[in-house]
Amino acid sequence: MINASLSELSRALSAGHISSVELTQEFLRRIARLNPTLNAFITVDEEKSLAQARAADAALSAGTAGPLTGIPVAQKDLFCAKGWLTTCGSKILSNFVSPYDAAVVERLNEAGMVCLGKTNMDEFAMGSSNETSFYGPVRNPWDTGRVAGGSSGGSAAAVAARLAPVATGTDTGGSIRQPAAFSGLCGLKPSYGIVSRWGMVAFASSLDQAGPMARSARDCALLLNAMAGFDPRDSTSIERAPEDYCRELDAPAADPAKPLAGLRIGLPREFFDDTAPCDPQTSAAVAASIEELRRLGAQTIELSLPNVRHGISAYYVIAPAEASSNLSRFDGVRYGWRAPDYSNLEDMYCKTRAQGFGAEVKRRVLIGAYVLSHGYYDAFYLQAQRIRRLIAADFAAAFTQCDLLLGPTSPDIAFALGEKTDDPVQMYLTDIYTIAVNLAGLPGISIPCGFAQAGEKSLPIGLQLIGNYFSEARLLNAAHRYQQATDWHTRIPEGIE
Amino acid sequence: MKATDWEVVIGIETHAQLATCSKIFSGAATAFGSEPNSQACAIDLALPGVLPVLNREAVACAIRFGLSVGAQIAQKSIFARKNYFYPDLPKGYQISQFEHPVVSGGGIVIPLENGEEKQIRLTRAHLEEDAGKSLHEDFHGKSGIDLNRAGTPLLEIVTEPDMRSAREAVAYARALHALVRWIGICDGNMQEGSFRCDANVSVRPRGQREFGTRREIKNLNSFRFMQQAIEYEVRWQIETLEDGGTIRQATVLFDPDTGQTRAMRSKEDAHDYRYFPDPDLLPLSIGEDWIANIRAEMPELPAQLAQRFQNEYGLSSYDANTLTANRETAQYFLDAVSAAGAALAKPCANWIMGEIAARLNREEREIAESPVRPQQLAGLLTRIDDGSISNNIGKKVFDALWNKEGESADAIIAAQGLKQLTDTGAIEAMIDEVLAANARSVEEFRAGKEKAFNALVGQVMKASKGQANPGQVNDLLRKKLQG
Amino acid sequence: MSLSPEQVFRIAQLARIEITTAEMDVMRGHLNGILSMIDEMQAVDTRGVEPMAHAQELTQRLRADEVFEMNRRDDFQEIAPEVENGLYLVPKVIE
Repeated sequence: MINASLSELSRALSAGHISSVELTQEFLRRIARLNPTLNAFITVDEEKSLAQARAADAALSAGTAGPLTGIPVAQKDLFCAKGWLTTCGSKILSNFVSPYDAAVVERLNEAGMVCLGKTNMDEFAMGSSNETSFYGPVRNPWDTGRVAGGSSGGSAAAVAARLAPVATGTDTGGSIRQPAAFSGLCGLKPSYGIVSRWGMVAFASSLDQAGPMARSARDCALLLNAMAGFDPRDSTSIERAPEDYCRELDAPAADPAKPLAGLRIGLPREFFDDTAPCDPQTSAAVAASIEELRRLGAQTIELSLPNVRHGISAYYVIAPAEASSNLSRFDGVRYGWRAPDYSNLEDMYCKTRAQGFGAEVKRRVLIGAYVLSHGYYDAFYLQAQRIRRLIAADFAAAFTQCDLLLGPTSPDIAFALGEKTDDPVQMYLTDIYTIAVNLAGLPGISIPCGFAQAGEKSLPIGLQLIGNYFSEARLLNAAHRYQQATDWHTRIPEGIE
Repeated sequence: MKATDWEVVIGIETHAQLATCSKIFSGAATAFGSEPNSQACAIDLALPGVLPVLNREAVACAIRFGLSVGAQIAQKSIFARKNYFYPDLPKGYQISQFEHPVVSGGGIVIPLENGEEKQIRLTRAHLEEDAGKSLHEDFHGKSGIDLNRAGTPLLEIVTEPDMRSAREAVAYARALHALVRWIGICDGNMQEGSFRCDANVSVRPRGQREFGTRREIKNLNSFRFMQQAIEYEVRWQIETLEDGGTIRQATVLFDPDTGQTRAMRSKEDAHDYRYFPDPDLLPLSIGEDWIANIRAEMPELPAQLAQRFQNEYGLSSYDANTLTANRETAQYFLDAVSAAGAALAKPCANWIMGEIAARLNREEREIAESPVRPQQLAGLLTRIDDGSISNNIGKKVFDALWNKEGESADAIIAAQGLKQLTDTGAIEAMIDEVLAANARSVEEFRAGKEKAFNALVGQVMKASKGQANPGQVNDLLRKKLQG
Repeated sequence: MSLSPEQVFRIAQLARIEITTAEMDVMRGHLNGILSMIDEMQAVDTRGVEPMAHAQELTQRLRADEVFEMNRRDDFQEIAPEVENGLYLVPKVIE
């Protein structure tokens, strides 16, 4: 059952071959066994999970179940869940038991899914390796000496190691796609505004978007069906008719040998030139995937996104600026951790925040305060926002020529723990291909497209597909057809049996 | 050496709490005086992950204000975050408007002492959220934070530095206060903090073009304190400069007990609010049709109404302005005139500003609570006008109406037999009796003592229990004595 | 573009994050590294380009003026560091 797809699990639950309680217990046992090594979960609460499983079983036998009822899911610890410790990977929220549910949590609860626990993450989603978590780094199931990627590293490791069939993530600059790539998963960052941000603790509000992390495009589509939807509580949530993201997956192709016939895939020069030197094994795997997609009927077009090269700079102005303001609420007054010793109010603020935040969060809060401060706002913040528009315009121009864009998800495979922690800039560069997508607010997906040999170990490589606004169904379909022709996504890390 | 002639320059920023049921970005109640933190919801407390959604009515209030002062309503305005740390500011930033406020320009006319008027130009008015309250009573040397007020919608109304005295500043604040209540966007309760003013005060030698360095007096919550605070501040600044000192820009508080201003300690360090557009809120778009709808529903404004009172009813400028000081008084007047007829507008005005105002004042009641309704006043004034009762009896009837002794003036006049006596025969009979009983006064009158005549009139009026028409009594008595 | 220790202290004060002298060198090194990475952006010609604050070109939705939040003070204050009589307590605020 641990390798079953969501559809298979759903059938097994409906047919009564297994109960939600049994399924949940199986995953909880795996968590108990493997989490001490992987550190994918910050919080597990068996009683809460089993109570939800029992309710799901009741719905299943009452015939009121939906397609996801009874299926366990791991929630990134950035989502507030009522009664659950919700830490965001930070010491400053180490005692924060949320009094309310995030929209994503509500929706998955309503779908009858069972929360297995809260997954580890870079502190406040600021990181690309899950090493900035106050709760320690997540280890990659493919090689426990390496990072699982970040910031949704706990969710990635949990799904890759079969500690959960599926998980939620959030993506501000690549935080779903990069850990999906490092862990051999399929991770989708939807168009901005598709999934409600209510209850999702903000890092950079204009870039943050929640999405599914799963082993296949189909599982991503199923989970996205439950996650997405208009929410009046989020002013940036988009009012659109509900969509079935699976709809293209099952549509019969005119030519079954060429299911992607008619699809135009753009290959941006900047994803392949020396703008961001790519690991050779990654380049080779991406080149092979292009061949595969052509075999499946897709057409490829070379084009250019000239301003994407400035994405990292613009992002590291805009995201820290928003973050510095978003994180001001963590002041030790109304909730959360408060420093034990202080001499006065100002000192309480300064010590609580100095001791409650980790180094990466502090760096970004300070950069953010600086770029917004008097005399620097125009040169930094406004300039970054203008570049943001140039980048969005590049994408808009590209989508007049093609349906999807393709490139590597990250220039690197999963790197060794500690390899980049002393050099923030090197760490930031691992998101060079994913960041521009968030600046424009577009959907992007990472799917496994091969493996790299690193010594004894074999590590997954991720392929990124980028679509125009609201083209999630098309993205998922391209990923799905690719996955029907390849088996990269079905590989299982050694030693997790 | 001639002493410097100083010119005072004042600009006012007013925070008017908007009269909405719920907060500007959350669905919590805005009622005053509830249990601490009982009206602070997840959004007001800035729990992690919460998001703001804008209250339509708060925007409507801003539009109403903009229309009432002849300002520009922005088609597109932007909410920005003003970042600073304070325990009553849960998010560590205040959602406000910075570069693109909802209302720009416009002005408010104030009366000057010399009877002229002056226009105070408005720079802007923008929407923002209120902060909570820090309570400094002793909690073992700590402060207590109540966030019920956090998120209450505010309209911050900013003037140009157009006022030249404390008196002008107070006149502006009063006019603005009347206006926001008139258009129903703010209850104006200054004790409860619904209407708070900050005054930016500076002085400069008359004739100098540059402004002097200003100090900002925060949170003036009564007109009297505003007057005192500005007067003190102006004296202090002039004395400081004349003593060779300099003024440093500062935020100061007024202490009503000492009558002095003092610089705040906590706001001393240089502020850098790091404003930027709030990524959680999209640009606010206000369409022409929305503005047109609000314009159509706007009440007649006090200035227009005062003008109409002068034109249509011949009231003096003073009376017209007094009657339009608030909407309830104006409405009372309009209702009374509509019942009594335009010809009686002047007595209506006199009674409202005289008898009614005095009694309401004495009983500390609002005009809306007046026991004498406008229609009842109209009935009373009609009877005085048609001679049924004298002005003096009128006051008696008014008393009875006030004390609910009858439903209408007519009912009270009938029940208490107060109708004026105009029957010549009856009055002559009373005169005869009085003359017979007061032979001495008659003699004195005939000896040339005019005073004796008045005494005889008094006796006749007394005999008629005040109901005889005094003019008639005069004429008949004189005829008799001279006859 | 390089921040002095004084500038770093000033920003840290704005952000209410205490930085000890011992931490200063490493922090300043990292911040200056990030700023020099960002610096390339200054060469981009953005004249006439409208700043982009949101991913979608939409306007703000408005909510009806209705009270729908109930009093949940007890829930909310259960997770507070220090409360008394329904108030959040902080070190004395000096005005």
